Amino acid sequence: MADYISLFVKSIFIDNMIFAYFLGMCSYLAVSKNVKTANGLGVAVIAVLLITLPVNYLLNEYILKPGALAWAGFPDLDLSFLSFIFFIAVIAAIVQIVEMVVEKFLPNLYSQLGIFLPLIAVNCAILGGSLFMQERDFANVGEAATYALGSGIGWWLAIVALAAIREKLAYSHVPAPLKGLGITFITVGLMGIAFMTFMGIQL
Amino acid sequence: MANVNLKETFLNPIFKGNPISVLVLGICSSLAVTVQLKGAFVMGLSVIIVTGVSSLICSLLRNTIPNRIRIIVQLVVVAMMVILVDQVLKAYAYSVSKTLSVYIGLIITNCIVMGRIEAFALGNKPFASLLDGLGNGLGYAMILVIVAFFRELLGSGTIFGFQVIPQCLYDLGYANNGLMILPPMALVLLGCVIWIQRAIQKDLQEK
Amino acid sequence: MNTNSNVYTVVYSTILVVVVAAVLAFTAISLQPKQNENVKKETITKVLSAAAQADQTITIAEDADVMALYSEMATAAFYVDGYGKIVGEMNLGKENVNDIKVATNADLKKQNDIFKKIADGQNDLLASLELPVYVINVNGKSVTVIPCYGAGLWGPIWGYIAVAEDGRSIYGAVFDHKSETPGLGAKITEDFFQNQFAGKEFGQGSQKFDVVKGGAHGASNGVDAISGATITSQALGRTINTWATYYEPYLKTLEVAETVEE
Repeated sequence: MADYISLFVKSIFIDNMIFAYFLGMCSYLAVSKNVKTANGLGVAVIAVLLITLPVNYLLNEYILKPGALAWAGFPDLDLSFLSFIFFIAVIAAIVQIVEMVVEKFLPNLYSQLGIFLPLIAVNCAILGGSLFMQERDFANVGEAATYALGSGIGWWLAIVALAAIREKLAYSHVPAPLKGLGITFITVGLMGIAFMTFMGIQL
Repeated sequence: MANVNLKETFLNPIFKGNPISVLVLGICSSLAVTVQLKGAFVMGLSVIIVTGVSSLICSLLRNTIPNRIRIIVQLVVVAMMVILVDQVLKAYAYSVSKTLSVYIGLIITNCIVMGRIEAFALGNKPFASLLDGLGNGLGYAMILVIVAFFRELLGSGTIFGFQVIPQCLYDLGYANNGLMILPPMALVLLGCVIWIQRAIQKDLQEK
Repeated sequence: MNTNSNVYTVVYSTILVVVVAAVLAFTAISLQPKQNENVKKETITKVLSAAAQADQTITIAEDADVMALYSEMATAAFYVDGYGKIVGEMNLGKENVNDIKVATNADLKKQNDIFKKIADGQNDLLASLELPVYVINVNGKSVTVIPCYGAGLWGPIWGYIAVAEDGRSIYGAVFDHKSETPGLGAKITEDFFQNQFAGKEFGQGSQKFDVVKGGAHGASNGVDAISGATITSQALGRTINTWATYYEPYLKTLEVAETVEE
């Protein structure tokens, strides 16, 4: 249990998707102009990560990894070169399904999150999550899901925090060439440095 | 769009319509690989190849692709290119491919690639699409190399792994700026690049 | 032709998938030997750079032909089991450098999995271990290089330790990792950390080796941890300790041989 908590906290703060690995930057910068929409996208990212990562984990474990097909009688087969295409296909399919399900059964939620879902299929944070999961060789589905939840929450936290700062920034006098994009980059950089203070934490 | 100016198609994305600093596309994978020039260089090259060739392929297929599965077809083409690049790197540039690790895979979700296919390649002739793809890749690579140049120079005192800051400076008390190696500094540097670019090209400034 | 009909869409996607799969499979298979060679070269480079620390005058250049160098310097390479008995030979590539056989990370991982089972009480597995040992001749010194492999903070960490003729003293060590935090855990690959290993030795008791938080204070079987990277450091200490324990029966035979010669 302690392992899970430690993994959870680590993936939120220390190995934050945005500040340590810059994953999902495009939508992070594009959708962080106000807190409400940022919150919506953040929640959508958590949800999609939480579904796709365990699925991709199982896929990797039982089909793609070298020797993973031993159960089907091909112990020497190594399909890991196909992992990119499998992962992205799973993500695209799941995003599509989630969108349909949410639209059908939770129309309220859909009106809030709906517009973000297509954006998420090409969000690097999602594919990045799967690729990191593959690289880090988690021991079981539980760890993969914990990692998904942790990094999703980390992403959500980062985008809501940036949106709040940008709402305030709108009232400050920024040099003209730095306005908008430039100052946002520098803000994110400084937030990243602030997040690095979590690094020494040991659990 | 019949008479697309080919030269313009190629050069525009490098400066005026730079995918990173102007359109804010594809930042995800760009920053983590800029600690050293070598990695940034290889990453830039990979992106140039992927954007160029997948634009070309999608443009060749543009009249045959069923509209409903358009996005999936694009994704498959891009993913195929990325896997090819990844395999070649693993075979011929092993040490670099190790440092780039998952970021090569993330080219798939690099918005530049998909964005250019959707916006340009599907409506234009193959040759123009190839140039557009190459141009955008080049614009991306350029920013990557600029950021990596400063991070490696200030962070490790080297360029492409060669020591350029002379030992006598260290003896005088100069020290490498360890901050530059840390991820957040890539963002701050990129902010500065945008600052300079927008100070020169005033029409890009935001209100 | 109607490109939006169902039949067309299905046929189109089928052809696309088949073509893509064929292209990828072809590339993957044709590049496989080259990729495997890279993995092999990396292992050899690590083994040689660990061994080279026995003699400060030698360094292994990054672009050196490590295959040729290995076939020249290696005097023996074999597997031992958990009782220290030699159970198999590895090709040294004396006739053809392409025949060189080394134990890659995948092989080390298998051994590490067996360790876990042994720790769970399956002692009979000791005989089934195949632990690689490389004996490298560095300017007349016979250096034994043993690997270690285990879980770090995020992914696997591994390394090669060069041991002297007496089976206890350490000449040096090199480490590598897959995905430790850059700037913290990833520092185990840097010289300032690795250089600490020269002149240390494996302990006599159950604590063979340790990477100590707060400083080893000159202990002969420990080095200082990396500040800020406690988990990676602890994991590395644990990994070295485990592997050294399983290698102990073999290393003991070296110690005995040394005493007899004297």
